[in-house]
Amino acid sequence: MAMIRALGLGKTFRVADKQPGLAGTLRHFVQRRHRDVPAVRDVSFSVEPGEVVGFLGPNGAGKTTTLKMLTGLIHPSSGSVEVAGFRPQRRQVDFLRRITLVMGNKQQLIWDLPPLDSLRVNAAVYGIDDAEAQRRIRDLAEMLELGEELRRPVRKLSLGQRMKAELLAALLHRPSVLFLDEPTLGLDVNAQARVRSFLAEYNRRYGATLLLTSHYMADITALCPRVLLIHQGSLMHDGSLAELTNRLAPCREVRLELREPLPASTFAAYGTLEDLQGRAVRLLVRRERLTASVARLLAELPVVDLEVAEPPIEELIGQLFRREPAR
Amino acid sequence: MTRRRSDARAGAAHGLRIARVLLSTQYATMLEYRAEIVLWALSGVLPLIMLGVWSGAEASGGPAATGGLSAQALGRYFLSAFVVRQFTIVWVIHSFEEDTLAGRLSPYLLQPLAPVWRYVSAHLAEQVTRLPFVLAMLALVFLIHPAVAWLPSPPRLLAALVAIPMAFALRFAIQWILTMLCFWTERAAALERLMYIPYLFLSGLVAPLEAYPEGVRAFALATPFPWMVHFPAQLLAGAEVPVGRGFAALLLWTLVLVPIGWSGWKLGMRRHSALGA
Repeated sequence: MAMIRALGLGKTFRVADKQPGLAGTLRHFVQRRHRDVPAVRDVSFSVEPGEVVGFLGPNGAGKTTTLKMLTGLIHPSSGSVEVAGFRPQRRQVDFLRRITLVMGNKQQLIWDLPPLDSLRVNAAVYGIDDAEAQRRIRDLAEMLELGEELRRPVRKLSLGQRMKAELLAALLHRPSVLFLDEPTLGLDVNAQARVRSFLAEYNRRYGATLLLTSHYMADITALCPRVLLIHQGSLMHDGSLAELTNRLAPCREVRLELREPLPASTFAAYGTLEDLQGRAVRLLVRRERLTASVARLLAELPVVDLEVAEPPIEELIGQLFRREPAR
Repeated sequence: MTRRRSDARAGAAHGLRIARVLLSTQYATMLEYRAEIVLWALSGVLPLIMLGVWSGAEASGGPAATGGLSAQALGRYFLSAFVVRQFTIVWVIHSFEEDTLAGRLSPYLLQPLAPVWRYVSAHLAEQVTRLPFVLAMLALVFLIHPAVAWLPSPPRLLAALVAIPMAFALRFAIQWILTMLCFWTERAAALERLMYIPYLFLSGLVAPLEAYPEGVRAFALATPFPWMVHFPAQLLAGAEVPVGRGFAALLLWTLVLVPIGWSGWKLGMRRHSALGA
């Protein structure tokens, strides 16, 4: 049975439509105008227990709105959603005990007190007895490399320490479904890596299902065998990252350094010539012909150096979003 | 039957543990803001200012000018009103509005505890933080003006100690209903300022109800406001007061308003767009 199932999920927000300037303000005051903005349209997907799925898309694509519907924070305008066998918008206690939402730009820890105080509150709210709570805090703190920081007021912690403490607080009740909205936002490279390895370990140890949004492609490549790509509220891809890359970039770039310059016509048999600067050549070769073309290039031409480059996924996705006409 | 009873016992123990932990944590938070709380408490000295105004009226016009209340009765009334006011201040609309706009409500909504209890515990913790300040203020007034010093009889003190939390619950219920408008408008706190006017004049904060004309007094008594200040203040001051009617009014108004607040919450949650979250 799927852990998360969304069927034809849609959300439309009604927003005020106001022109700038004094005239616009006065007109808006007298006659308010609103328009409907579809944030999510007809999104369907399902996630199996224990899966780690990346949710990709530019700002305003509808990722966070979808996460809010999956966690029951907002009601969908259309379609249906089921998480762990529950309808999230009913916010039943058993549902809330099974899920968590971590938002990189928001905090649940009490700002003026040490994280341990927030953890005490969470333990009481989730009905975890003191001994068990202590054990879980110890285990999670060890996984997150947190120690003395748990006894320092949250306001005195660095962003990375705070994020780790946020994760600890969000996972104390050991949820089986984790929704993570930009969990590494603003963290340095080391802290990002620590959070990533923690999430992978949590998934492995407890078999938890993870749905993660991130602008850092490193998070997605490290954690998510499967990605959902959403753009302008619609789902554009549901599959592996490799499939997405293949779909977006059917060619690989082959960079050559030759012993001596050759005429441009030489390269037509190997791929599409992108650039020729003396002895430096850039060719685009279709994926399925890559191995054969590289072998031939090495055998038939005076090659000093050869490099096959995969276009960065961020760039490919960026190109895709730019290509897609606004709806 | 036995299982149901043990479930109820476990539920009660769970609830008590949450209450204990929330209260102690909120109290620790409030202590971080003790200076601010003292300033807020200082801003609640309106009854003491009104005491000065009405004492002047009594001195020039006698008890006839103050609805038959002597200078001593006026002093005790306004001091009691000061105490009642200190322990019935409600600011949930401001913190809820702020939390909603900043997206802080979302983490609360994702936990199996109705967010209202966090706000209730914050208010109760704040009252505990205020307590030493209120006692110090009373001691100071008694020192300066020993004529108004009094000690309520134990039954009256006990009745007041029950009535004040009931008044707080009623005031909280009223403001919670307005707070639910945060789901429809981003500036619901402005409505609370509107509500402050009838609260100020009909509750007995600026004048004891005895000083009002008969018609106005009857009108005031038909609203929830006087039961939140005048009734517990007169109980504490040891004045003649319809005890049974007062407690019944507090209870009835609360029982009427709490379901309205609950319905507002349910409707609001349907509309909630998790602003800023």
